[in-house]
Amino acid sequence: MAGVAETAMESVIGKPVPRVDGPLKVSGTARYTSDHNLEGMLYAVPVCATIAKGRIRSLNVAAAESVRGVKAVYHRENIGKVFRTAPAMGFSLMSDERRPPFEDDVIRYWGQYVAVVVAETFQQAQAGAAAVQVSYDAEPHDVSTELALPAGESLREESKRGDVAAAFASAPVKIDATYVTPAETHNPIELHASVAAWDGQSFTLYETSQAVWNQREVLAQMLGVPLDNVRVISRFLGSGFGGKLWPWPHSVLAAVAARKLNRPVKLVVSRRMMFQNVGHRPLTQQRVRVSAKADGTLLSLDHEALNHTAILDDFSEGCGEATGYLYSVPNVRIASALVRRNVGSATAMRGPGAVPGLYATESAMDELAVALKMDPVALRLKNEPKLDESLGLPFSSRHMVECLQVGAEKFGWARRTPQVGSMKADGKTLGWGVAVASWIAARFDCEAKVELRADGSARVACGTQDVGTGTYTVLAQVVADKAGVPLDRVEVVLGDTTLPPGPISGGSMVTSSMIPAVGDATRQAIETVLLAATSSKTGPFAGKKRGEVEFANGRVQLKGDASSGVGFGEVLAAQNLSVATGSGKSGATFGAKPTVSQHSFGAQFVEVTWQPEIARLRVSRVVTVIDAGRVLNLRAGRNQIEGAVMMGVGMAMFEQTEYDHKTGATINNSLADYLMTTHADAPSVDVTFLDYPDLTLNEYGARGIGEIGLAGVAPAITAAVYHATGVRVRRLPIRIEDLLANQKLA
Amino acid sequence: MELFEYSQAASTEAAVKSGSATGARFIAGGTTLVDLMKLGVETPQRVVDVNSLAGKVPGIDTVDVTPEGGLRIGALVRNADLAHHQTVASHYAVLSQALLSGASAQLRNMATTGGNLLQRTRCVYFRDTAFPCNKREPGSGCPAIGGVNRMMAILGTSDQCIATNPSDMNVALTALEATIHIQGAKGERAVPIHEFFLLPGTTPHKENVLEPGELITFVTLAKPAAGTRSVYLKLRDRASYEFALSSAAVVAQVEGKRLKNVRIAMGGVGTRPWRMVEAEHVLEGHEVEDGNLRKAAEAALRAAKPQSENGFKVELAKRCLVHAVKQLVELA
Repeated sequence: MAGVAETAMESVIGKPVPRVDGPLKVSGTARYTSDHNLEGMLYAVPVCATIAKGRIRSLNVAAAESVRGVKAVYHRENIGKVFRTAPAMGFSLMSDERRPPFEDDVIRYWGQYVAVVVAETFQQAQAGAAAVQVSYDAEPHDVSTELALPAGESLREESKRGDVAAAFASAPVKIDATYVTPAETHNPIELHASVAAWDGQSFTLYETSQAVWNQREVLAQMLGVPLDNVRVISRFLGSGFGGKLWPWPHSVLAAVAARKLNRPVKLVVSRRMMFQNVGHRPLTQQRVRVSAKADGTLLSLDHEALNHTAILDDFSEGCGEATGYLYSVPNVRIASALVRRNVGSATAMRGPGAVPGLYATESAMDELAVALKMDPVALRLKNEPKLDESLGLPFSSRHMVECLQVGAEKFGWARRTPQVGSMKADGKTLGWGVAVASWIAARFDCEAKVELRADGSARVACGTQDVGTGTYTVLAQVVADKAGVPLDRVEVVLGDTTLPPGPISGGSMVTSSMIPAVGDATRQAIETVLLAATSSKTGPFAGKKRGEVEFANGRVQLKGDASSGVGFGEVLAAQNLSVATGSGKSGATFGAKPTVSQHSFGAQFVEVTWQPEIARLRVSRVVTVIDAGRVLNLRAGRNQIEGAVMMGVGMAMFEQTEYDHKTGATINNSLADYLMTTHADAPSVDVTFLDYPDLTLNEYGARGIGEIGLAGVAPAITAAVYHATGVRVRRLPIRIEDLLANQKLA
Repeated sequence: MELFEYSQAASTEAAVKSGSATGARFIAGGTTLVDLMKLGVETPQRVVDVNSLAGKVPGIDTVDVTPEGGLRIGALVRNADLAHHQTVASHYAVLSQALLSGASAQLRNMATTGGNLLQRTRCVYFRDTAFPCNKREPGSGCPAIGGVNRMMAILGTSDQCIATNPSDMNVALTALEATIHIQGAKGERAVPIHEFFLLPGTTPHKENVLEPGELITFVTLAKPAAGTRSVYLKLRDRASYEFALSSAAVVAQVEGKRLKNVRIAMGGVGTRPWRMVEAEHVLEGHEVEDGNLRKAAEAALRAAKPQSENGFKVELAKRCLVHAVKQLVELA
């Protein structure tokens, strides 16, 4: 025993720890939302509008009602009262499609729900939905992908310093280009779903939610019941990418039907509906004007962004997020506006704002480097800022220079010859490109409870979620580290509004948010253990003062004397205590007035191969260097960055929601027709974490890594494509036809 | 999916009889039919499962060498099994390569030879019943014309339909001049593949020569002449799990750089697998060089009629043909 106590347990923080929920997932026993089958459950299938603008003229449900097994068909006439959410103070009551379903008979986008059929089986509900007859008075819709500032409207200035117009006008070297990113659809493998149960007074809602607390608030208000009468559960998510952050109308439909029929109702959104009813990254059109002195010193940066938004909802992508602080530049202007289209509501998608924004500004930087005949890495190094010039505040921890230098070294950038098409290997033309990445670091409010139990195990409970990124594992690691409990003896409970309120799984902020709360909760539980030990009438610590004992490696011991240690479980058991509990609570920094600029940084180096004779472009190699504070779990962290790089390849080369302009329908609405990166497209990816703890954020210095890996990938790819082909692609995705336009037969 | 009657065929004759009923469909691998039934595009009243013929009909699920030295492929042979069959991989490489370039491993494990000959188009409008489609409902219209049509055909289109035949296998079989063996109520018949597929014309719903109830039982391939080589090249946006923007199957006897008995078929460009007879004439008996390759490519695509979004396919198809021939003679 003494020998064990003297060996300090190795910390699990920063280690490549496998996922604690991995066995559940690979064995198919993790229960996702739509895996919940409740006694007497019915199935709901929505009916979707087949016009993009107009009104419902008539809706005939007779045939649907006569389909075998159909219990009810709900629509505007009979859905009953569904409320809007009240105007929100601050960051609460979030939803992107605020109109309650069926509120009026106006159709504003293709696929909008006009009715929902509830039946004994899924197949019967489908047959019923197909039998609902709807006629419309259609009006001309607008799903144009060419955005223009609406007449009479002007751009809203988000940030401004100096005089961009004057600086740009007199600058010796300048770029003025417009970049377009298409609407992109979140395509997590797990479809959105709701399983709603009503017990006559309260709702239990199994949801695919990245934010169970917000889901509860919004649903309670829309359903018109007290907050206490709604419980939202989301134990496992088959990812969400932001699409599952805020509630969507199908959740309301499932809950309303469950209450009306007094039976549980399951509604699974189909893949096709995923393209129209549950959000997307909006189309952006960004004009960037950047200018520099002949030596590359930046003079001005003007970033104007338009994004499309639904008829009723004001979703700003926020493309200028990283523009103000990325470089040292005296004259900056960031401005934006929304352009309404007959499309479903847009929502956050992995790296909202910064990801499409950086595609534009980093592309412009690459074009500037070409115009300056300057190495694109050198151009960025030359303009490294000493502080966040948009806030006039120091950075908490910025190692962009090192990201670029380490990346260049690992990639072999020094061997790059700048001339277009000048690099060859294995009969292919190579293109090398670079871009930088950045993402916000902050914390949300978080509460947590920790139990240290008499059997030597621990339990941590927090009403946050694991999107599939590793939150279960990281929480277990923090408690294991603080309480000296083996990782496999830490039970983690998430995704339930009966637990202490936890942060949304968004903004790459769960890890940074939960560390202080979980740390405090663990410390409080430890304090309880110590109190129990010293207040005991018997045992080795009886009669000792608090100051004479300490907690180390899961054991209570006399100060400085590891040989006196007794496991906390034994201490509790000796006093017939089942558990020592602690709770922790930490406040948000997100939305608060900053005293320091907290961001993560990164550099993306990309190699593409180009075979003009068959117009084949592939991304072959990516080196990514990430400065995201301390990485708590190297395995989960690497997985996040590698996955994000794959998504970046998709953003650059494949992904695009296509609107049929005659009808307004999202027409490529399947996994075969909406192209994403396959394994066969995967480049080799070299991930490096610089691992500088950012202690301004939490005691481990962890920021967040869910989104930064996607930032900068697309512009690095288009830069590489230019280097290989001479074609500058300013409208994503890069397509064969773009490259063919400028190539002679080889 | 709507309710349907399901039965298993006890014999080829029984299958043909059940399959002749109104609203009947055969099912083998189900990779097209079940998919389209889920979408409501196919709404058969009766589904006749022909998988039960395996073991009852000799050779219907095997690949056998014929007495003439050719190959007889059973209609129920799965795409994966056919692709990995030793004789196919060595003597009909184009077929093996085409099969392996298609779909995903899971789909190839299910999809059959007979079923793949009947694979329906991937036209997004055909697959969505919210839209009119002349292939689904004759006379209802074609929203792909002037719509989202980047993937659509540039050869063999009509003002009624521009949908592409999506199969890779069919392209290889066309270059191999396969024969389709069909069992019908009046007995067996054999149809050369170039007569099997129909152009859309004014009847895009009619995609092949099969009469109601007729069942594909075998596909036969002739013995390759000495010195025959073959290759399949598929061009697409991503590296896997995507239909061709352009593909080329080339089969020829190669002597140095000289080609004999050259047969070329292309996919991703036609409303049916497209045999490039004029290109073959340009190359036949000649040594391959850049000049006649380009001439062959020009000849192949001379009749191309691009739609609003797929003009690039003309040039892409030319490069595809040129490169495939170069690969065949190992110039690329």
